[in-house]
Amino acid sequence: MATGMRKSRHIKIHVNGPKYSTAVPEAAGSTSYLTANRPTTEKLLFSTQYESPMPTYRVLSDCGTEILNPEVNYLVNKEHLEKMYKDMLTLNVMDQILYESQRQGRISFYMTNFGEEACQIGSAGALEPEDLIFAQYREAGVLLYRGYDLDMFMNQCYGNELDEGKGRQMPVHYGSKKLNFVTISSPLGTQLPQAVGAAYQFKISKQNRCVITYFGEGAASEGDAHAAFNFAATLDCPVIFFCRNNCYAISTPCYEQYRGDGIAGRGLGYGIPSIRVDGNDLLAVLHSTRKARDLAISENKPVLIEAMTYRIGHHSTSDDSSTYRSMDEVKEWNSHNHPINRFRNFLEFRGWWNEDMEKEWRSDARKKILKSFNAAEKKKKPAWKELFYDVYHDMPKHIQKQMHEMEEHLKNYGEHYPMKDYRNQS
Amino acid sequence: MFQAINSALDIALETDKTALVFGEDVAFGGVFRCSLGLREKYGAERVFNTPLCEQGIAGFGIGVAVTGATAIAEIQFADYIFPAFDQIVNEAAKYRYRSGNLFECGALTFRAPCAAVGHGACYHSQSVESYFAHTPGLKVVVPRGAYTAKGLLLSCIRDKDPCLFFEPKVLYRGATDDVPDGDYEIPIGKAEILVPGKDVTVVGWGTQIHVLREVAELAKEKLGVSCEVIDLMSILPWDEDLVIESVKKTGRILVAHEAQQTCGFGSEIVATIQRECFLHLEAPIMRVTGFDTPFPHVFEPFYLPTIWRCFEGIKKLMEY
Repeated sequence: MATGMRKSRHIKIHVNGPKYSTAVPEAAGSTSYLTANRPTTEKLLFSTQYESPMPTYRVLSDCGTEILNPEVNYLVNKEHLEKMYKDMLTLNVMDQILYESQRQGRISFYMTNFGEEACQIGSAGALEPEDLIFAQYREAGVLLYRGYDLDMFMNQCYGNELDEGKGRQMPVHYGSKKLNFVTISSPLGTQLPQAVGAAYQFKISKQNRCVITYFGEGAASEGDAHAAFNFAATLDCPVIFFCRNNCYAISTPCYEQYRGDGIAGRGLGYGIPSIRVDGNDLLAVLHSTRKARDLAISENKPVLIEAMTYRIGHHSTSDDSSTYRSMDEVKEWNSHNHPINRFRNFLEFRGWWNEDMEKEWRSDARKKILKSFNAAEKKKKPAWKELFYDVYHDMPKHIQKQMHEMEEHLKNYGEHYPMKDYRNQS
Repeated sequence: MFQAINSALDIALETDKTALVFGEDVAFGGVFRCSLGLREKYGAERVFNTPLCEQGIAGFGIGVAVTGATAIAEIQFADYIFPAFDQIVNEAAKYRYRSGNLFECGALTFRAPCAAVGHGACYHSQSVESYFAHTPGLKVVVPRGAYTAKGLLLSCIRDKDPCLFFEPKVLYRGATDDVPDGDYEIPIGKAEILVPGKDVTVVGWGTQIHVLREVAELAKEKLGVSCEVIDLMSILPWDEDLVIESVKKTGRILVAHEAQQTCGFGSEIVATIQRECFLHLEAPIMRVTGFDTPFPHVFEPFYLPTIWRCFEGIKKLMEY
């Protein structure tokens, strides 16, 4: 994790590496990028590095009590930090309850956020509400920070009639128009070039907003990641690429995912200012994301943040991670470098938090979540005809026909279908 | 036809200030000259080159459309749309549905040159419409010439669903009709009877329409058979009613397309007509299509559903 190098104590967004520069034509029509300013050498050398490994930026000391970079003090606001901490706790409690409920067969699927709470909530805390978010799937904390109601999380996981997504997607595929959080989809990496397109539109319509897109280090191997980095750089888009490098893509460890200097090491190759941060350090994530936002918007540039963290939970409820990694490794991260504990130490050291507050908040969160959970469970599923809507803006004739065929079928065979679980057709 | 497309893009950029035109090499006018002069007129922010990456073009276009702006993306050849298949099929097509209509990318249109051009071989000749016709959420359109290209493209650009607009590239310079200078639209999902007839219904789209018109004349002249020629224009959704009505009248149908036979869009038409017109059919439904091979270079004259292969099909239908 954090290297303790002197450099790592100062935030530095690497614009141009010391041994590397991008030659960009001054103006359209210039041909300087073809030949000019290109140094020559008589030495045969296959380059293997510019500055490697890129250091990991951190703000909190190991125990969490000390701030290592005083530049971050402008972001130290008691109410805001307390809100972020409470959100991390709530997310943690919600994960425990929903994970258990899947084990009991009450919801079909779940993915926890254990260990990545600071990545999500620290970055969300650095954004403005109008910034548009494209997520992968392990970013429920971002949505929680923005004010997504607990009921809405539960409604989506149950696919009940109150789910804004109308029960069409698997659990944890959240979305909120009101909160500028684009609906999650399962195909990995697809959101990355989409985020770039949205950012381009924000730039040319001068909206003073940026886009942030989250993805794991596994998704970064998809072709869409390459497409997105390159489009964002060449088309000058105000987009923050936020990579959660949690060491595993399901069972695949990162050394089978790539051989370069992580994901941040790729940024410079695309001409993208890049930084690696300690993803278990809420203040480091908050600070770097805030600076990235400033840079993206003021200069219309993409920025890449690689947050180093560890996936403490299983990949999903369909995965048993003990078959491919040691539980000692998990225990180590859970007990010694947990983002929640580290930030709690910081707050407690300042007298902003204590054991009683912790107990009370956890217990309240638990009560609220269980209440939402039980309410969501009791709700009916949407009317079955919702299966046919929203394929297109208007339902074409052939789909109308298929819907009517199903209606006729259910008149005769309805007793063989779970009609009672679904809202009556209005 | 390339001028009609250029005119449609010009009108789209003029009437919709959010509209963007982008893709590989579109800035200097495009490899088929379809975007000629547009960058000079509307600026480099609205008409621009992208890096050479189809999945990026598609994803980028979806992102633009998600914000509500109009995205007109070009894929240089339909043959190269497959790297974008995931973005188009898993993302664009399902955006509205999966989000419960919270988000959508309806303001997105893909344009791509398609079909045979005489010497395009495996990767500059393909007709890919049926791959996409299998995807709910998309609209798929193929014009037969300059007039339909302009009207249908403007409809696609303004339609509230993501559209794929396939332009038969041999017609770019080959097809010249009278095209109004002004703004007009041709509705998506509607077919058109080009030649009324009473003995056989003949259905096609794109370049094949020109083949079928000649076949109709040949059939009249040599066999005394009256063909009703229908240009489908929209592949998804397609105008079932018009074709059904025609077949109920004629009792016979021939479907012809350049794309391969197995699972080509002709199969869908065959299945629908068989179900809806069973009691009216005087002969089995005839399909004349490309063969189930890749599209070949020197064998192109033998691969295509030529006038003579279609003529033979009509003859068999009448003799059945």
